[in-house]
Amino acid sequence: MRILKLQKNCLFPFLEAISKEAELWAPVAKGDKFAFDRVADFSRIAMNATRTIIPAKKIMVPANFNMFHFTEKGYKEDLSHVTDRILFGVHACDIHGLLTLDKIFTQVYPDPYYLEPRKRTMILGLSCWPDEHCFCKSTHTHIVEEGYDLFFTNLESCFLVWIGSSRGDDLIRLVPDLFDENLTEKDIKTYIQWQAERDNAFKTEIQFVRLPDLMELNYRAPFWEELGAACLACGSCTMVCPTCNCYNVMDKQFLGEKPGQRIRHWDSCTLPEYSEVAGGENFREKKFQRLKLWYTHKLQAYVSKYGKPSCVGCGRCLVTCPVQINVKTVAAALEGQEPEAFWKNLAKEATR
Amino acid sequence: MNVQDKSPAEAKPFKPEPARIVRTYHLTEDVKFFQVRFVDMQKALSFNYKPGQFAMISVLGAGEAPFSISSTPSRPGLLEFCIRRAGTVTNALFRLKENSLIGLRGPYGNGFPVEAMTGKDILIVVGGLGAAPLRSVLLYSLDNRDQFGRVAVLYGAKRPAEMIFREEYFSLKQRSDLECHLAVDADDTGKWTERVGVVTTLFPHLRQIDAPNTYALVCGPPVMYKFVIKELVKLAIPKNQILMTLERRMKCGVGKCGHCAIDYIYTCLDGPVFTYWDVIHMRELI
Ligand SMILES: Cc1cc2nc3c(=O)[nH]c(=O)nc-3n(C[C@H](O)[C@H](O)[C@H](O)COP(=O)(O)OP(=O)(O)OC[C@H]3O[C@@H](n4cnc5c(N)ncnc54)[C@H](O)[C@@H]3O)c2cc1C
Ligand code: SF4
Ligand code: SF4
Ligand code: FES
Repeated sequence: MRILKLQKNCLFPFLEAISKEAELWAPVAKGDKFAFDRVADFSRIAMNATRTIIPAKKIMVPANFNMFHFTEKGYKEDLSHVTDRILFGVHACDIHGLLTLDKIFTQVYPDPYYLEPRKRTMILGLSCWPDEHCFCKSTHTHIVEEGYDLFFTNLESCFLVWIGSSRGDDLIRLVPDLFDENLTEKDIKTYIQWQAERDNAFKTEIQFVRLPDLMELNYRAPFWEELGAACLACGSCTMVCPTCNCYNVMDKQFLGEKPGQRIRHWDSCTLPEYSEVAGGENFREKKFQRLKLWYTHKLQAYVSKYGKPSCVGCGRCLVTCPVQINVKTVAAALEGQEPEAFWKNLAKEATR
Repeated sequence: MNVQDKSPAEAKPFKPEPARIVRTYHLTEDVKFFQVRFVDMQKALSFNYKPGQFAMISVLGAGEAPFSISSTPSRPGLLEFCIRRAGTVTNALFRLKENSLIGLRGPYGNGFPVEAMTGKDILIVVGGLGAAPLRSVLLYSLDNRDQFGRVAVLYGAKRPAEMIFREEYFSLKQRSDLECHLAVDADDTGKWTERVGVVTTLFPHLRQIDAPNTYALVCGPPVMYKFVIKELVKLAIPKNQILMTLERRMKCGVGKCGHCAIDYIYTCLDGPVFTYWDVIHMRELI
């Protein structure tokens, strides 16, 4: 894999050149948080953004979109929401998030609604620095070997740019003069030092290898019901998680000649009707049962299928859940540490 | 795996194909029978499925839902479904007349392992609407009678009027190459000639079975499984030869929407047919 050098002041000219090829999207500030947005003014790009509120999955599978137009004559695919995009500033964990979704959406029956935007979106990764909630080092998703077209490591003096695909190389060739093929010994040293410092900057660590067994051993542990009592069943954790793929489908019929639509929208396994079937039977009526499904999927089930957890350590559930139910606190509970006192208080309030 | 190499152009796993309702009539007050055929003749004849598989049926404007295929692949061309009125899609289906168009895609799921069952005895245990998926494998075994050993059927319904395909089962009782026992929980007609009681009360009437050589196939309401399995285990049928088809909420049928997930499996891909061993192994199956 080739690695090139890009001077800091050459980034905007590069983005200028490539944004003629496709829509450029990047993280921008949104209040005190960040979100992916279409950018024309590159100074809006938040180069030092932490996690975006919603991960890059929203570009591949929007929260709502139309799958089919239908009339008496039948069902016609609608892929009109898909455009050519360049997604700049995708962090390593989010790239791993997409690689995880790739497995689900392309296994057995490839999903055209995922594949089409996935193919038409170029991924330009960007290195980042962990905050207190990031733990991607524990999930080995702090570095990427695949899943990007270009990857920018943001060093003090310059960018080092990894070329990950032939179409990534095409982007470089639009303005080859901006890039330098010759990395000096000093550049290499700077990079190695940067990497070591970054590795040391993680403040959260979770021992994932133990968790599948601990999930099994704790299947009947009382803390699940405490978590369940605290959970608001709001679905926020699933919306922000880069590896959550669940969706629901709904038909919409309009008056007159206008064709109907089959809408696909994000769903959440934490919502009450998630596992309900005809006749009123609900396989996961209680909140704790649904939470257990979520954590089984993240920490255990995916491991038995693909050899690694489906958590990529982005920390989104840590900053999002209003009652602190997240991978970190659940891992602690699985390890036998008492769930934090206020869950118990919340549980009391819920039953009052 | 390189995502770029996958071709979305050819993949149309969600597209319903037009199919026509050839015949429809009530089996009970809230269960209707549907015989459908793909509009495209080529598709109608090449649609290859296994007993126990299901299809996704779309009704224009109402939505889409999964239904077991009740017909047998040994009689190609027409597909049959028994559908209970439950909500939006099923109500819309009930309103459709013969000759109406619906959307159909499939077949999905693993189905019954009919190859492995070849040469073995078959014991079918049905409760209520469980007759829908099990009818496929029953008709299949009758059409290929010499491929199987003994065939026995135990069928329990709430009341005589709720026993779907009642006539089909009564005519089975006339056959000498098959054993058939019927029961209703309660006889509100006063004309019921068969047994009264839940389906498990039929077990003592079963002739001696050759347990290691028997596949038991079970489908019914969720409450039924525990009791029936107990009986089958008592008979010493091996755990991995006790097969049941299970229901879960399903929105895609192809392992994408997540709704049917249990542990590390998707009911729509790895099921809906599971063995008793699967059930012990994955606690949340039943
Ligand atoms: C593999 C499989 C095979 C089935 N075979 C048959 C069959 O042969 N005959 C038959 O009558 N029914 C069958 N069902 C059940 C059938 O799919 C539901 O009755 C149907 O989805 C209800 O749809 P509706 O729009 O009419 O109801 P809705 O208006 O959607 O809701 C009514 C009730 O059904 C539940 N429900 C909604 N969507 C689904 C869904 N996708 N799957 C299950 N429950 C759902 C709701 O939670 C609610 O309790 C099968 C289900 C599965 C999973
Ligand atoms: S489980 Fe939490 S930390 Fe892990 S990937 Fe999902 S949102 Fe991120
Ligand atoms: S775990 Fe937290 S974020 Fe998820 S549904 Fe429950 S309360 Fe909402
Ligand atoms: S029905 Fe969608 S994943 Fe099984």
